[in-house]
Amino acid sequence: MAATASAAPPVRTIRSEGRRTAVTALTCLMLAVLGVSFSFPFLWTLSSSLKTAQEVHVFPPLLLPEVPQWYNYVRVWTEQPIGRWLLNSATIIVFSLPGAVVTSTLVAFSFARFDYPGRDFFFMVLLSTMMIPFEVTLIPQYLLFQRLGWIDTFAPLIIPSYAGGGAFTIFLLRQFFLTIPRDFDDAALVDGANTFQILWQIIVPLSRPALTTVAILQFLGHWNDFLGPFIYLNKQQLFTMSVGLRFFQTMPESTGEPKEHLLMAATVIMSVPAIVLFFAAQRYFIRGIVMTGLKF
Amino acid sequence: MDTSAAAVAPTAARRGISARRRRHILEGYLFLSPWLVGYFALTFGPAAASFIFSFTSYNVISPPTFIGLQNYVDAFTTDQQFWPSLMKTVYYAGVSVPLGVTGSLLVALLLNIKVRGTSVFRTLFFMPSLVPIVASTVLWVWMLQPDWGLVNPILWKLTGIQGPRWFQTPEWAIPALISLALWTSIGGTRMIIFLAGLQGVPDELYDAASIDGAGKWARFRHVTVPMITPTIFFNLVLGIIGALQVFTSAFVATGGGPAYATWFYALHIYKNAFQYFNMGYASALAWMFAALIIFLTWVQLRTSRMWVYYGGE
Repeated sequence: MAATASAAPPVRTIRSEGRRTAVTALTCLMLAVLGVSFSFPFLWTLSSSLKTAQEVHVFPPLLLPEVPQWYNYVRVWTEQPIGRWLLNSATIIVFSLPGAVVTSTLVAFSFARFDYPGRDFFFMVLLSTMMIPFEVTLIPQYLLFQRLGWIDTFAPLIIPSYAGGGAFTIFLLRQFFLTIPRDFDDAALVDGANTFQILWQIIVPLSRPALTTVAILQFLGHWNDFLGPFIYLNKQQLFTMSVGLRFFQTMPESTGEPKEHLLMAATVIMSVPAIVLFFAAQRYFIRGIVMTGLKF
Repeated sequence: MDTSAAAVAPTAARRGISARRRRHILEGYLFLSPWLVGYFALTFGPAAASFIFSFTSYNVISPPTFIGLQNYVDAFTTDQQFWPSLMKTVYYAGVSVPLGVTGSLLVALLLNIKVRGTSVFRTLFFMPSLVPIVASTVLWVWMLQPDWGLVNPILWKLTGIQGPRWFQTPEWAIPALISLALWTSIGGTRMIIFLAGLQGVPDELYDAASIDGAGKWARFRHVTVPMITPTIFFNLVLGIIGALQVFTSAFVATGGGPAYATWFYALHIYKNAFQYFNMGYASALAWMFAALIIFLTWVQLRTSRMWVYYGGE
């Protein structure tokens, strides 16, 4: 009895150990296959951007160019005003991002830490704005900005960010602030801190992951945005990178020379800043979302 | 509760509390004000304006003229693209959301198994969502290019199937856009939100289930799934809202074609508003769209009570 009981566990451990290794190996294999297939389209774009015009039009397609044509990047940069477009995108972000981060912090702080009549009602209103399709507000907004003389300026793409940076942003920050114990506020209150000091010296330092997440989402949102700049900016020198890339894509091939390799180079140029930013901040970004645990 | 305090004749102490309380309320509104101002100026005001426009004929140049319900009647009677565009949008969302949400959940489950190098894989999966939508669309058109693209030769090598001409054919243009949406969204923020949901399941629950003799599958079925239903619900609601508004990928890849094949509802609104300058009609289209989305979300909220589990909250 006693002998079998003491003999049993090691056998089971060994077997489950073997099973665990198998599961781990299988997981690794699936992750590897998926990882390669997920990154493959971008890698192929990268490769296409380094091909010659002839190599791009070969069947079956070449995986890699014979000689990498780095000069494609110089060409697309000098032949198209890409530098200008990138600068325009960057300008919009530089002016809108601080506004969105600061005002969303203030608003989320109000929802998370204050108790006033109408708060829960306004919070429901905030959530419900996530449901309203942008088409409903797009036309009157356009007419409003037109009347204000904001067409062909960056104002329609910057100023609205100062209104809390969007419902999702406020929601995310509010959820995060709620995870910070109120005892911290109370302790600071006893020490004579005012509301601003509580926000600035307690909530904000503890919310760095969430604030980084918000900043990254705002950056990506503006970097990605197509319809806004497309509607409000008509002059080529004002185009953002999104609008510019689409403009380049639809441009007729003037000299009859195919331009796919150059188009791919422009695509890579546009994608790199977002990818680099994410690599730099990914730890904070993931933690910001994981610590918040988003649900309604 | 403080209203009762205010109703009682204020003693010195009470007045002290209520002054502090008044200050608290005032500060609350002050912090709320950026959103409140923005809400009225950029959401509520414009939404109300477009509601009014929806009963007018308005081409921007001359002032709007009231035409009653005519725009709504036109949508159902004379507009050739109203129903088709709605149906195509529903088709797109109906396929891409279930596949996308399931895909994100599966990838999150894989990444949640503790093996070495998960952070590398996480980055690989996340990368497509970082490629800006215009760029990823241009890239995808190139991937699926029937003569020089990469997808059809691979398909031929692996399965012997002659791939379709994707974006150039009416039947395959929407599937092509769905595949693009899956590529960009499965590993993106939605997957990270699932990962967060999975990591939020307390270990004690798994331990307790194991002690009760639950195997791997039983633990997944009876612990993991119920505990992450709020996350599934969150992703589902936002996924449907997002997918129904599909615009940029279709606009850049095909411009609505070929033969109106990808003429989604949002494109229909855009074209009516900014190319035909039927602002009144476009507003009516937009409001019907809003009503549809609000209705769908309401249905989901109502039915969520049957399957979403908010443990102890």
